[in-house]
Amino acid sequence: MTATLHTTASPAAPPDGPQSRRLGRRGRRGRRTHGALAGWLYATPTTLFVLLLFVLPLVLVLQMSGSDWPLLSGNQGVNFPENYSDAISNRFFMDSVVFTLKYTVLTTIILLALSLGLALIVQESSRWKGLLRTSFLIPSALGLASASLLFYVIYSPIAGPFADLMTSWGFTFLGTPDGALWSTIFLIVWRYAGFYMLLMLVGLQGIPEDVYEAARIDGASRWQTFRDVTLPLLKPTLALTTVLCVTGSLLAFEQFYILTKGGPDNSTITVVQLIYSVAFQGPNDLGVAGALSVIVLLALVVINIAQIRAFGRKVED
Amino acid sequence: MSIDTAPDSTRSIVTDAANSGQRGAHRVARKHSPTSFAGIALRTPGWVLTGGLAVIFLYPLIWTAISSVAPRAGTNQVDGWGIGNYLTLANYQAGIWVYLGNSVFVSLLTVVLTLAVSLLGGYAFARFRFPGKDVLFLATLAILMVPYATLLIPLYVLLNIVGLSNSLVGVALVLTMFQLPFSTFMMRISFESIPRELDEAAMVDGCSTFGALWRVLIPAVKPGLITVGLFAFLAAWNDFFAPLILINDTNRMTLPLAVANLRVQVQGVVDYGATEAGVVVLALPCILLFLILQRHYVRGFMSGAFKG
Repeated sequence: MTATLHTTASPAAPPDGPQSRRLGRRGRRGRRTHGALAGWLYATPTTLFVLLLFVLPLVLVLQMSGSDWPLLSGNQGVNFPENYSDAISNRFFMDSVVFTLKYTVLTTIILLALSLGLALIVQESSRWKGLLRTSFLIPSALGLASASLLFYVIYSPIAGPFADLMTSWGFTFLGTPDGALWSTIFLIVWRYAGFYMLLMLVGLQGIPEDVYEAARIDGASRWQTFRDVTLPLLKPTLALTTVLCVTGSLLAFEQFYILTKGGPDNSTITVVQLIYSVAFQGPNDLGVAGALSVIVLLALVVINIAQIRAFGRKVED
Repeated sequence: MSIDTAPDSTRSIVTDAANSGQRGAHRVARKHSPTSFAGIALRTPGWVLTGGLAVIFLYPLIWTAISSVAPRAGTNQVDGWGIGNYLTLANYQAGIWVYLGNSVFVSLLTVVLTLAVSLLGGYAFARFRFPGKDVLFLATLAILMVPYATLLIPLYVLLNIVGLSNSLVGVALVLTMFQLPFSTFMMRISFESIPRELDEAAMVDGCSTFGALWRVLIPAVKPGLITVGLFAFLAAWNDFFAPLILINDTNRMTLPLAVANLRVQVQGVVDYGATEAGVVVLALPCILLFLILQRHYVRGFMSGAFKG
């Protein structure tokens, strides 16, 4: 998820620290020839993992997306454009794309605004603020599946803490499409707010104290300081958190698989859920699932590049 | 941000009551003096408001823990308080010990593999020059860019071919691969923050590159290793998607999968009590580990591993 950011930054990092430059020329050359072989040796496990479990599956999914490939009988020959047209004409394709985008926009806005607010609240260090930080962070230790199961019970009209309230007011959390969407967003905000708060805190700590001091001397109000000092200086952090949050939300699966199972009335099917059900529930068609996966991968790359461009331009202004 | 400055600033982010003075003091002082009566009166609404927020975050966890032992019709704990729901959980299909064992096995194997691969890989990236180094590093980071589902479907086919279908080892290998971007990056910057003089001195004393790593550098990168191990454990213990796709055999399911399946007992009736018990068993190790190693968890963020 963060790779998009790293790729722009990491090649610039010098492979050698400044200390190595102080070494004599002879020493350095001896080291390099000696180092190349040993370096490869130490990097071999990483290379094996990357090649066998990452590059090879990527190649295979490309081949699958162009082949007739039922789950049980394996590769049945080329089926190139058909898989992609089948994928797009799947009766849930457009609905799932629209729903996933809607969910992503809502989640990203709410989650980032809230986590920035939380970070501002707990920024100063004191015993009380420390306790608050820990309370906000504890849900982040849970797995997404555990958190979804937890809220499955809490939202239940039979066993949940709001069961009586739901009967007397006549509503259910997961009964309507809108209810299911907002209930899931609440679960995600609960689970991830502390995580994003921590990223925001790291960003806030990077803002030097004297900038605030200058704003105070100039007589800026709290709101002015926040708008004209904090927000612009927090832009790299905001870019990172937006990319992370958008990527995570576009690939949402567990929360909907466990909480709503795509219902009610197939209103909460995300793109990844569609891939899963095409591959393993019903059609068992790995070819079409592969085509969908490739489409999602390309969309994700395009969306992330667009986001980084957008943030990059704003920083220059 | 380099790692040697991290512990210091980490401490001010982590709850560390004893530490509350020092670094944070100037920021507090900027506002108002905390001791005056007016100050306390002014800040009471703040305490109520922020305390309420904390309650919202903690309430679902506390409620689940309490109601997992509370009586409810339709569960195994109808009258009075007790551990009936945990007994349902214990006797579910193959028994909870099998699923717990599976989860522990996958988590530990993932942690060990992640530590080994990222330790050697981080050493290679930080200390050696070799052809293809930058390409390999970028390829490792690129794992983050690719959706989970896009990789899991071909991995399902590939693991079948090599005889690792339905295998917990297969799941651990896949989970290790998904951990590599973070752990390799983390170990690389951990090694880079150590002065080169340290391993050069060891080599002058006759150590091989491996001897320098084993005797001198491992103790120095221990904090990085703890952070990597903690993240790998939390990810592996909680992972749902990889075992969902790669495991079909009910006896090989991991705990999250088992608890999700146990929800729906016979005739589609949901056993909420057993689900609550399952969530408690799933969440408790993570929360305890998190509270004990909170400082190392925060270091993962401070290190810049999440930054560009």
